[in-house]
Amino acid sequence: MANEVCLRTLDHDQPWSLEAYRAVGGYEVLKRVLQEKTAPDDIIAEVKKSNLRGRGGAGFPTGVKWGFINRSAPGDRYLVCNSDEGEPGTFKDRDILRYNPHQLIEGMIIAAYTIGAARGYNYIRGEFQEPYERFEAALEEARKEGFLGEDILGSGFDFQLHAHLGAGAYICGEETALLESIEGKKGQPRFKPPFPALFGLYGRPTIINNTESLASIPVILEKGGDWFKDLGVENSGGTKVFSISGNINNPGVFEIPMGTPFKDLLQMAGGMKDGRPIKAVIPGGSSAPVIPGAQMMELTMDYDAIQQAGSMLGSGAVIVLDDTNCMVRVLERMSYFYYEESCGQCTPCREGTGWLYRIVHRIEQGKGRQEDLELLDDITGKIAGRTICALGDAAAGPVQGMLKHFRDEFQYHIDRKRCLVSAGG
Amino acid sequence: MTEESTITIEVDGRALKAAPGAMLIDVCDAAGIHIPRFCYHRKLSLSANCRMCLVEVEKVPRPLPACVTPVNDGMKVTTNSPMAVEAQKGAMEFLLINHPLDCPICDQGGECELQDVALGYGSDASRYAEAKRVVADPDIGPLVATDLTRCIHCTRCVRFGAEIAGIRELGATGRGDHMTIGTYVEHAMGSELAGNVIDLCPVGALTSKPFRFQARAWEMVQRDGIAAHDGVGSNVHYHLRRDQILRVHPKDNEAVNECWLSDRDRFSYQALSAADRLLKPLVKQGGEWRETDWQSALEAAAQGLAQARGDDGNQLGGLLSPSASLEELYLAKKLMRGLGSANLDHRLRQADFRGDPPKVPWLGGPIAELEEQDLVVIIGANPRKDQPLLGHRIRKAAMKGAEVVYFNPLKLDLNYRAAQWVANPRDWVLEVANLAKAAGVRKGVVNKIKVADHHKELFKRLKAADKALVLVGDLAMGHPDYGLLRCLAAQVAEAAGARLGFLTPGANGVGAALLGVTPGEGGLDAQAMLAEPRKGYLLLGIDPGFDLENPAQGLNALMKAECVVALSSFRSPDLETVADVILPLAAAPESAGTFFNIEGTQQGFNGAAPPAGEARPGWKILRVLGNLMNLGGFDFNTPLQVRDEALGMLGDAAPDNGFEPDPALELTLPEAELLRIGELPIYSVDPMVRRAPALQATADAQDAAYLRLNPEDAKRLGFTAGDRITVSQPQARKAVFEARPDPAVPQGAVALCTAIPGSQALAGRFGEVTLEKA
Ligand SMILES: Cc1cc2nc3c(=O)[nH]c(=O)nc-3n(C[C@H](O)[C@H](O)[C@H](O)COP(=O)(O)O)c2cc1C
Ligand code: SF4
Ligand code: FES
Repeated sequence: MANEVCLRTLDHDQPWSLEAYRAVGGYEVLKRVLQEKTAPDDIIAEVKKSNLRGRGGAGFPTGVKWGFINRSAPGDRYLVCNSDEGEPGTFKDRDILRYNPHQLIEGMIIAAYTIGAARGYNYIRGEFQEPYERFEAALEEARKEGFLGEDILGSGFDFQLHAHLGAGAYICGEETALLESIEGKKGQPRFKPPFPALFGLYGRPTIINNTESLASIPVILEKGGDWFKDLGVENSGGTKVFSISGNINNPGVFEIPMGTPFKDLLQMAGGMKDGRPIKAVIPGGSSAPVIPGAQMMELTMDYDAIQQAGSMLGSGAVIVLDDTNCMVRVLERMSYFYYEESCGQCTPCREGTGWLYRIVHRIEQGKGRQEDLELLDDITGKIAGRTICALGDAAAGPVQGMLKHFRDEFQYHIDRKRCLVSAGG
Repeated sequence: MTEESTITIEVDGRALKAAPGAMLIDVCDAAGIHIPRFCYHRKLSLSANCRMCLVEVEKVPRPLPACVTPVNDGMKVTTNSPMAVEAQKGAMEFLLINHPLDCPICDQGGECELQDVALGYGSDASRYAEAKRVVADPDIGPLVATDLTRCIHCTRCVRFGAEIAGIRELGATGRGDHMTIGTYVEHAMGSELAGNVIDLCPVGALTSKPFRFQARAWEMVQRDGIAAHDGVGSNVHYHLRRDQILRVHPKDNEAVNECWLSDRDRFSYQALSAADRLLKPLVKQGGEWRETDWQSALEAAAQGLAQARGDDGNQLGGLLSPSASLEELYLAKKLMRGLGSANLDHRLRQADFRGDPPKVPWLGGPIAELEEQDLVVIIGANPRKDQPLLGHRIRKAAMKGAEVVYFNPLKLDLNYRAAQWVANPRDWVLEVANLAKAAGVRKGVVNKIKVADHHKELFKRLKAADKALVLVGDLAMGHPDYGLLRCLAAQVAEAAGARLGFLTPGANGVGAALLGVTPGEGGLDAQAMLAEPRKGYLLLGIDPGFDLENPAQGLNALMKAECVVALSSFRSPDLETVADVILPLAAAPESAGTFFNIEGTQQGFNGAAPPAGEARPGWKILRVLGNLMNLGGFDFNTPLQVRDEALGMLGDAAPDNGFEPDPALELTLPEAELLRIGELPIYSVDPMVRRAPALQATADAQDAAYLRLNPEDAKRLGFTAGDRITVSQPQARKAVFEARPDPAVPQGAVALCTAIPGSQALAGRFGEVTLEKA
């Protein structure tokens, strides 16, 4: 029951090749859509039915997003794929690009057809050299086969698709910063509304989706929205590509149905390293608030279950911590990330992320003050919900989660000026 | 706003009418409900980055930024609820944690938006116990000082550069709290509007370099005035301490300067305390200059002029600055007419007086309408530098999609996309003639030339355009075939149904034309009265080596005269060579007066500062001269009386570009191997501007000193950058300039500005020049 959607070529030799993709039925959906000239509204209806929610982190229903595009308005439209994948812990899109690039390409062509875009970009994280090359090679093959370019398969539909390599800024994964970056500007999020569907790349209506979201499309249209939905659970259709890392034996990427119990996923990943007790799990990328290990062992991996536990499924990046991990150090590292990656344009994030980091750093260095924990609570409250983009929330979430579940450990650092974990507590 | 299109919202319990989609902050501003803000500025794009304007909106769980929240019907907003105030205080605290709080040593102290808002929203003790950010300060030129540690990253200056100044000079580099404002590669801001960032910066990160550390806001008084360096007539506030103008700020006037000010109008005040400011009357006795008292000086002036006149008023000539006030011009004219002279002019940089002149040349329409144009054809001008805020309006039109086409003898550095049809100074006239031919003109010079398709097409577009404008500027006026250029331009405009406009000289060119500061019946114009030297001259507000079209000829004629009386705010070597009496003149900010700006708006002003030393307002000096020379009608007690009499004389005269084009005018500029292009540089336009050290230190001023020629010509002549080149013009002394090859100059031409040091030796602004290595 694994690898049924985005990673379905994985069993094949050279899974990234056109041959491997053909062997699993690749590009057949595209052919059918173009031959039958399937009505875009029918495609959108099918995607809505599938319950596919955006895999970039926010979980917004993909079909609904596509429906925002007004196809009858004149002028250019764009399709953009977000392969920036910068959230610590997340490395699933990398494997889709590496092992099944053609499926992403097919998904993008179908999406472009649906929204009426003649040009598309795939924005790939700057450090992804190998995946970028695989994707470029696949593009070349697809062009040769006539799947891209002008008058695709004689249908009259034109679509040019280009890869765009980023330059190492996490913020360029935020969709509007990504668009600015493609436009050649400094990657800074735009204020929304207007949303990209109205005012996107070069000011034109644009659909931007995550790699996994787009790569799911061919299978959804091949096997039907209902089939996909039924793979998962209520409110979380389909399978999900989880990237699991941390103190486990077999970190990696696993495509499994939504709603799979966490403990099964942990088992697939080889269980805890050295058999140590699970201390905590960050279930959806570093911005997701941490969940204590015991609680996590009872949860299933789907949007609702994780949300009810006070965190979020996010991009499906699962970071597992054991009892050797000091939570202060973990938070210090994460806060440093958001501090470094804040784009700097809006006040609460620019100033707040640095403040958060400096306090946590001080606590970790044994220089914490009694008022620090309350200050941290207060600062996160003044960042979250008040910034231009969600990076502010992403920086606040981990702090809030840690203080909620592991406050004692922080208090210990402040009181004793040393670490509870290394002290053997 | 019509009834149907208005909606009602509620703010702090008050019902407000608003246009749907208007931003909440604008609706509140209009109603006088204050919401704190830093990044928002009504003339700039919205960036919503400071988060200071957060307010509570009913049914929204989190506070929303008022600057980017559009209103909709029935919306209920509270700007001072606990949620809103907590949010605003939160933003304030964040803004202050890395701010140095060095108010006591900060120039912005006392007029700082951050300081003001912090008083209301800040807390008295900081909870921030970490190290603060410190940022190195780049040198961005002579006008704007940087102290970027104080920056709050509102990006107003960045947006100003991109959206208003049209050059992305300042930008934000770095992420997070490493983000800093700078020029990326350290260099000086090259905009002619750069000083506006001083006003825009809410804190003391960008301040006025010439002003800094001189005074505190609360030590100064504010007086209104009208800027005196171009036809825009920007409204200004002078800030003074102990009667000394320490800085100049714009005063909002949407129709004229909006909320902006050109650097020229902002920094020229420095000249008021120039070292060569004339503080006492000077009389030349036996070839020696002597300071004297007013009475003796005025008597010497009256006597000198009377002697030079003898019994022939035609022996006198008057050369008056187009930036003099209506009152000064009126009395000067009255004096000259009273002495029986019809030789009077304010068009001092004009080269050609053939043909019927426009009745009262002006812009041709309101300044604000420049930005509504669909097509603008500009002949012989660089509005960006000539009248920076007119240039700004034209740029706005271009940004909205207007087509702008320049006909100039050299390529301009523009800050928007425009077509530039460049040809050497002679072919340039023919280019305009081509367009006229395409417009159907069939007489005169057009007969000898062939029209190209692009001329026909431009004319077609000009004709089809809804709002089209043909503007004629200073560079055309300085051309020896101006009469012809003007005639061609008028014919093109007429045939296309386009408006015709003139970018008239000085701050009061329109006022001077309305008053008729032009030759009377049988009188001589500015060129003629120097080509045919008079025995006596009256100079008002000019320096003859710099403010005449042909300084060699002018200085020569003045030298030969028996008596030259000059009213001047400054001493100058040329004046001291040619004049016999120099009377210290109050500068524009020191005297009451009236200007008619380029759109014909009458703007009065009072003296903001007392005149320096013993200087006196021009109207007082001329009044006494009139009385001393026994001319009746000079008994005025106040400048208002002078103004009223002058306005009475104008009656309902109004600006009017109408004239009778004379198609028979010939092209007179002979072909030559090299023809001069004598641009008037932005920071050379008048004696004050030339004495403002900060302006003279700008790249615009420094670049104007070079002799520029096409690289091909340079190669042919064996010149390289930096060579010292001796320039000769017929009937002029030689002068030496440094060469700079520049592809903006077409082959066969030499760009060598007028009104720059060294150019006094030269003759006309156009015409043949020969070059040799010095
Ligand atoms: C700071 C930040 C970083 C983000 N990084 C990524 C990313 O690397 N990849 C991604 O797909 N979405 C990322 N997102 C989410 C995108 O903004 C956007 O919601 C997503 O690409 C939409 O695609 P989906 O609807 O298919 O999920 C990020 C959002 C934020 C606020
Ligand atoms: S929240 Fe941070 S990353 Fe997002 S726009 Fe504001 S400063 Fe930039
Ligand atoms: S004024 Fe609204 S966010 Fe700055």
